[in-house]
Amino acid sequence: MNSLEFANKIKARFGDLISEPAEFRGEISIKLADAEKISDVCQFAKSIGLDYLVDICSVDNYGEDPRWTMVYNLRAIGNGAEIRLKTDVPEEKSELPSVLPIWRTANWHEREIYDLMGIRFRGHPDLRRILMWEGYPHHPLRKDFPLAGKPTDLPGVAFTKVTPMEGGPFVTLPTGGDSIAREPRVRTPEGAEPGLSDKRLAKK
Amino acid sequence: MAQVQDIEIRDSAARTAAAEELQDVQGEKMVLNMGPSHPATHGVLRIVLELDGELITKADPDVGYLHRGDEKIAENMTYTQFIPYTDRLDYLAPLANNVAYALAVEKLLGIHDKLPPRCQYIRVMCCELARISAHLLGLGAFGMDAGAITIFLLTFTEREKIYNLAEAASGARLTTSYTRIGGLMRDIPPTWCAQVKQFCDEFEIALAEVETLLTRNRIWVDRLKDVGVVSKAMAVDYGLSGPNLRGSGVDWDLRKKQPYLCYQDLEFDIPVGSVGDCYDRYLVRQEEMRQSVRILRQCLQKIPGGGTNDAKEPVSIPDGKITLPSKQKVLSSMEELIHQFMLVTEGVNCPPGEVYFGHENPKGELGFYINSRGGGTPYRLKIRGPSFINLSILGELLPGCMISDVPVVLGSLDFVMGECDR
Amino acid sequence: MQAQSEYGYNSKIEGDIVLTTVDAALAWFRANSVWPMPMGLACCAIELMAVGASRFDISRFGSEVMRFSPRQSDCMIIAGTVTYKMASSLKRIYDQMAEPKWVIAMGACASTGGMYRSYATLQGVDNIVPVDVYVSGCPPRPEAVLDALMKLQAKIKKEPVLQDLVAMKPLMK
Repeated sequence: MNSLEFANKIKARFGDLISEPAEFRGEISIKLADAEKISDVCQFAKSIGLDYLVDICSVDNYGEDPRWTMVYNLRAIGNGAEIRLKTDVPEEKSELPSVLPIWRTANWHEREIYDLMGIRFRGHPDLRRILMWEGYPHHPLRKDFPLAGKPTDLPGVAFTKVTPMEGGPFVTLPTGGDSIAREPRVRTPEGAEPGLSDKRLAKK
Repeated sequence: MAQVQDIEIRDSAARTAAAEELQDVQGEKMVLNMGPSHPATHGVLRIVLELDGELITKADPDVGYLHRGDEKIAENMTYTQFIPYTDRLDYLAPLANNVAYALAVEKLLGIHDKLPPRCQYIRVMCCELARISAHLLGLGAFGMDAGAITIFLLTFTEREKIYNLAEAASGARLTTSYTRIGGLMRDIPPTWCAQVKQFCDEFEIALAEVETLLTRNRIWVDRLKDVGVVSKAMAVDYGLSGPNLRGSGVDWDLRKKQPYLCYQDLEFDIPVGSVGDCYDRYLVRQEEMRQSVRILRQCLQKIPGGGTNDAKEPVSIPDGKITLPSKQKVLSSMEELIHQFMLVTEGVNCPPGEVYFGHENPKGELGFYINSRGGGTPYRLKIRGPSFINLSILGELLPGCMISDVPVVLGSLDFVMGECDR
Repeated sequence: MQAQSEYGYNSKIEGDIVLTTVDAALAWFRANSVWPMPMGLACCAIELMAVGASRFDISRFGSEVMRFSPRQSDCMIIAGTVTYKMASSLKRIYDQMAEPKWVIAMGACASTGGMYRSYATLQGVDNIVPVDVYVSGCPPRPEAVLDALMKLQAKIKKEPVLQDLVAMKPLMK
């Protein structure tokens, strides 16, 4: 079975919940209208042969509603067919069922998405932070979180400060839209502390 | 009178069951922190182990000590500006990461199958050299952790030769940043292919030496056999990739199943294990190195333009909207000047859409999911690091092992924290 | 002073000759056996391993054993990006090292945060530990690391160890 046949089978089973398969650069994507049904769709997908979960990704559509898009890349390890399953999650809810019972690899993927984006997974046995430390209050990959970071209280000896960005790399505006709208350029965050080099010079 | 007693070596399931029986007699379990700074954890990995004597009953890996925020940085950089960050993902095989990322962006542009043939062959050679380099270091560190310290020095000598080749091609030993969107940074120097050929000849002798030291070594085999067994179903369920997946018996290699670049024109075999223990994964990596040398030899024969490129075959797509035009044209002609300006300030203009591209890296499948809304910077770039996913199996693999099996299991999984934490 | 009559010189005229000679010897011992503690975090750790391997051989400078135990090492070579999550462990290990101890910040990430200007990276390890030598490069060539080691040795040789002890000054500034 190739990717299009897998997508059509899923659409045949779930009817209106699944969009028409879209094709871009040789890849088939289908969109699920209701995020709550993701568990059932994935269960069915696994049963017809899509037994390998390649990746789960979350996208922050800042400024649009629904805010989160979850992207599941599925593959049939027998013949190599791949499909992409997408679903939207609104910000007020920020929660959807976990697919951990279906593919055990989803464990760490979902923990990472919870850590960096803040989307919760119902039914995940151990949803805690994985890349940032326990007790970190923010979700860094959100568009409204600045690249330079925010100061936090870190238990132990170190601290976290805002990274000095002056004269530095490009930073984009946290809006949706293409590159032109997001205006990547060097920006000094307003009200930010001066960089370390300025402090050292100031002491002298 | 001396009594002879047989020591019963039971398998891990029986051992765990026996340990649980004796729980009331033996007392509490010990929690041991195998901390982020440890010689055998191959980087900054922390594992919290719960021990019952020497037997591990629970293992909880704690990653994130090298999380540098790559994905958020990518949202703020143009596609070309992100290439140096890809070097530092799997820092044992930076050439392979560069190729993976360039192919992902080229897939988004729709040109990944329209690359000039010379560029494809050079990229394949770089990938295979990176594969040999990464497996050598994995083997060296693995041997050192298990006690075979000579292997480290032998493998590093061969790696220095690969470093020389990488430096001749790109200018840097380790963090090469060699590929660009639509091609390469520059063509290989004229003597490069001859040096690669010499390396292949010398490497096969060194590999044979390592084989004689390790493969039939009684201590090595005893330490690796039937340790850390990953079944076929478990490997697919946990999303393993690369030699870890093939060591468990799943015949899946992206170079054969989803071919890219010029891999269809090359002849090579894919080693697949049978048992799924550490010894199988070690053998799979050994054989992969031999197959990489085979691929390198074929590329040296077939590369368009040969070693010296007298025919001046291009190594980048000659499209001013994607690749930087040559400096002479930029300084004299208006159109090229505008292309140079747009490419440097705004980046390659990619169409809106999303792609996922998986590349067969030495550690597994390095995947890039790019969600673009048009323009020169990605809206969302997700890096599917194979080591992140390979490490998630530790929670199930380590319980039942002895504590001295931990360096062996970690070495055989062969992960790199750079691409785990990103 | 007893030394005056034993050695037959007047320390007020000739200076503390005996102590400076002992100092020079002690500093020579220390400088030529700097046992590094490799805090190998990221890509620089690979170049550090290459420095320890046969081509660039750090052991000819006396740094034969790369002890991963802080109690047994002299110099902490911080090779790689230090994230905030790792910072407290790093400071703890630095505190566990016995005096005298030195720090080499290897690479751009350890010196200033490198190219990772983001929310998770410590912008320079000198925020938490005092650094003696900074090595630039991403990653620095092994020759640069050896040069840093030689500069550190030159720095160690100038330290007035015994003179400070006699003058009741703190051993480490």
